[in-house]
Amino acid sequence: MKPARIVITGVGLTAPNGNSLAEFRQNLLSGIAGIERMEIRYMGTQLAGVCHYDPLKYQKKKELRVGTRAGSISIYCAREALTDCGVNFEMLPKDRVGIYIGCTEHGNVETENEIYNISKFNYDTKFWSHYHNPRTVANNPAGETSLNLGITGPAYTIGAACAAGNMGLIHAAQMLRLGEVDFAICGGISESIHTFGIFAGFKSQNALAQHEDPLKASRPFDKARNGIVISEGGCLYTLERLEDAQARGAKIYAEIAGYHVNSDASDYVLPNPTRQAECIRAAITRAGLKPSDIHIVNTHATATPLGDIQECEAIRAVFGEGCPETYINNTKGYIGHCMGAAGALELAGNLPSFNDFTVHPSINVDDLDPACALPGLVLNQPRKVARVDTILNNSFGMLGINSALIVKRFTT
Amino acid sequence: MTKDECKQVVLDIIADIAPDEDLSNVKPEVRLRDQLQLDSMDFLDIVMELRKRHSIEVPEADYQHLASLDSCAEYLTPKFIAIAAKG
Repeated sequence: MKPARIVITGVGLTAPNGNSLAEFRQNLLSGIAGIERMEIRYMGTQLAGVCHYDPLKYQKKKELRVGTRAGSISIYCAREALTDCGVNFEMLPKDRVGIYIGCTEHGNVETENEIYNISKFNYDTKFWSHYHNPRTVANNPAGETSLNLGITGPAYTIGAACAAGNMGLIHAAQMLRLGEVDFAICGGISESIHTFGIFAGFKSQNALAQHEDPLKASRPFDKARNGIVISEGGCLYTLERLEDAQARGAKIYAEIAGYHVNSDASDYVLPNPTRQAECIRAAITRAGLKPSDIHIVNTHATATPLGDIQECEAIRAVFGEGCPETYINNTKGYIGHCMGAAGALELAGNLPSFNDFTVHPSINVDDLDPACALPGLVLNQPRKVARVDTILNNSFGMLGINSALIVKRFTT
Repeated sequence: MTKDECKQVVLDIIADIAPDEDLSNVKPEVRLRDQLQLDSMDFLDIVMELRKRHSIEVPEADYQHLASLDSCAEYLTPKFIAIAAKG
């Protein structure tokens, strides 16, 4: 039996440069980045991608006080996606809705806050918050979303480092195909900028970007790139089986065409281009395509000196010189690295290409690193192209998890 | 500290932990949970804030005394006075 066709029917997002798909896309086409200076506990001023959505749009003040930033971002994105998809939410059986949210990590922010709090009381643990456990359980972002929406189906997170955004979508597609749920809210989120630990960790790795101009700091593929800009963000989609979406006359952004997930099994932090290439090839094969059928490749490249070159090596191995209609871009120059949200946000930023036949560029590439000079790389200016029927989205993470997700133009 | 001042201390705490609530007409003799949206975790917040802000400990067996503003004042005012006397 052929697996059910799965389609994307709604998008809700918050990024450092936009709080809706329309705003985000416009800024990607206009070269507008969203990186700023931010005070980080113990570390002083650092560069970060900060989201400026209105948290009170969908939550009460008390929910914000009790809950987490990750929960708040999730709720905002989920509500925006539900509105966008046009479903009659009141009529949706809530026990048949699944929430699958990818995150890089969860609990660091809340734990650091509590340790800081008890430091003001001579580290007496009787001042430790009774909210610590519900705030730090790994399912917190999905759980807060289920509470806010009254959804009683499965709601949990998927931990997959920086591949998590893709993983949320992939897992939702699998659950829809298995018949576990009839409607899915899925994608990825990150509250990472609120933990000093991730900044300190990348700094100790010599992988934290530095630049006098925050908007120029994140520069994948540029010869002068010097590391990651850490960002928060979120992007959640509504996914449905095609027949369900058609039955209610839903607009369809794209169809899930194929995906693959694998592991490097080679290093804690260093990427493995051989496994990345295997992952990309397997996704293309599952989609029933060949490399030259892929029209946009959104890279994961985070602007670390080595990581960008290794991903380019993997892409070169798969696509070579024989894919004249394959264009390659990157979104992190605008928004930094949104960690668990990265894959989901970066896919969203490219979805409008199915309609406007424009590939958004990688920005901040003033001096292209020759080791990153891939054919079809779109740099600094948007490019109009003849065909956009497929988008491949790479998302890779620490401990060697790789994910590649392909969406295609929906046709009956 | 007077009992009225004590009630205001409790109200100030509630204003922080239940920021969506209108506290202008809280009836002192009525149970707080019957007139405000407060759950058991919120009462733990009241206990925590009394500890943090005023160094007052409320043992679990005494949580019942936090039911209304009046009962709070009866129970907490002597504690505030005792702490003030310690200097």
